[in-house]
Amino acid sequence: MHEMGITRGILEAAFEAAEERGATRIAEIRIRVGELTEIVEFALQFAFESLTPGTLAEGAKLAVEHVGARSRCGRCGTEFDHGRFDALCPECGNPFNEPVAGRELLITSIDIETPEGLADALEDPGPAAGAVAAGEE
Amino acid sequence: MERVDIGKPILDRNERLAAENREAFARAGVFVLDLMASPGAGKTSTILATVAALRDRYRIAVIEGDIASKVDSEKVKAHGIPAVQINTGGACHLESEMIRRAAEALPLDELDLIIVENVGNLVCPTEFDLGEDAKVMILSVPEGHDKPYKYPNIFQISEAVVLNKYDTMGVFDFDEEEFRSVVRSLNPAAPVFAISATKGDGVEAWAEWLADRIESARSRAAAQG
Repeated sequence: MHEMGITRGILEAAFEAAEERGATRIAEIRIRVGELTEIVEFALQFAFESLTPGTLAEGAKLAVEHVGARSRCGRCGTEFDHGRFDALCPECGNPFNEPVAGRELLITSIDIETPEGLADALEDPGPAAGAVAAGEE
Repeated sequence: MERVDIGKPILDRNERLAAENREAFARAGVFVLDLMASPGAGKTSTILATVAALRDRYRIAVIEGDIASKVDSEKVKAHGIPAVQINTGGACHLESEMIRRAAEALPLDELDLIIVENVGNLVCPTEFDLGEDAKVMILSVPEGHDKPYKYPNIFQISEAVVLNKYDTMGVFDFDEEEFRSVVRSLNPAAPVFAISATKGDGVEAWAEWLADRIESARSRAAAQG
């Protein structure tokens, strides 16, 4: 269950960014997880649900984008997608390849609500705007 | 609703502290080995055998990571080697902050090698940089030759693989050829050292590999001034 530690890392980064902007709530957190990492999404979601109550991210959605494994052949330079166990170059069979993708463990973005944002949302279709429009007619 | 782009590693904090550890170890001229394996694979026995092989050449200390208890650090201390116990209190792996705190209890300037025994686990320790110079894993024969299929990541990130309890090969249905071939396909550069830690067989070749790694880290450091 290292997903608990991973989730704490996700929340630390999310809270830091959210607090910098004076957010009142985090609605969604997006992360990118490579296929070659040892991350189980089920365990991640479980840890997320356990750690978020009573925080800015209570009720937030954790959206996980999965990234497949891809390598560049160390001999002929071919780039190819592969699974966890078949990282041989399909062109020349060379096993010494450099990973290009698949080890990602990134927090990409968050959606937050801020007091100003809430005010904007309330004012947008509000009576003040309507009154100005009416006055111009 | 406002979208804020973050775009940073999830383990950013762990990675920053790991980089600080790596710098502190390099300044003190200490080589740090992170040893990973399942519970019962023989991590502590392998450490004791490694210490016995290298203690005339290097000043060694051990950091023991366990969920609870001081059993392992006391075993190591009984051999006259400084040892610090980290109890993770449930966490299934070590993190760089724990290593920083443990290292504070060690006289870094008087050491050449720190062996870190990670928590017994083939999965979780793989994602956490501790600031070590090398990650090495141990698999023991009774665990079976199919483990690389089930836990590929740890085989991929280890610089070397120690195959322990090699003396029990006759008792278990362990296909060594298949094991070596899967490890080669996952990690072609990693040597596999067959050892029996408690009997000492094969330990010399493994200890020599480690000594070579220590020496090459030193000459790199010397070249950089």
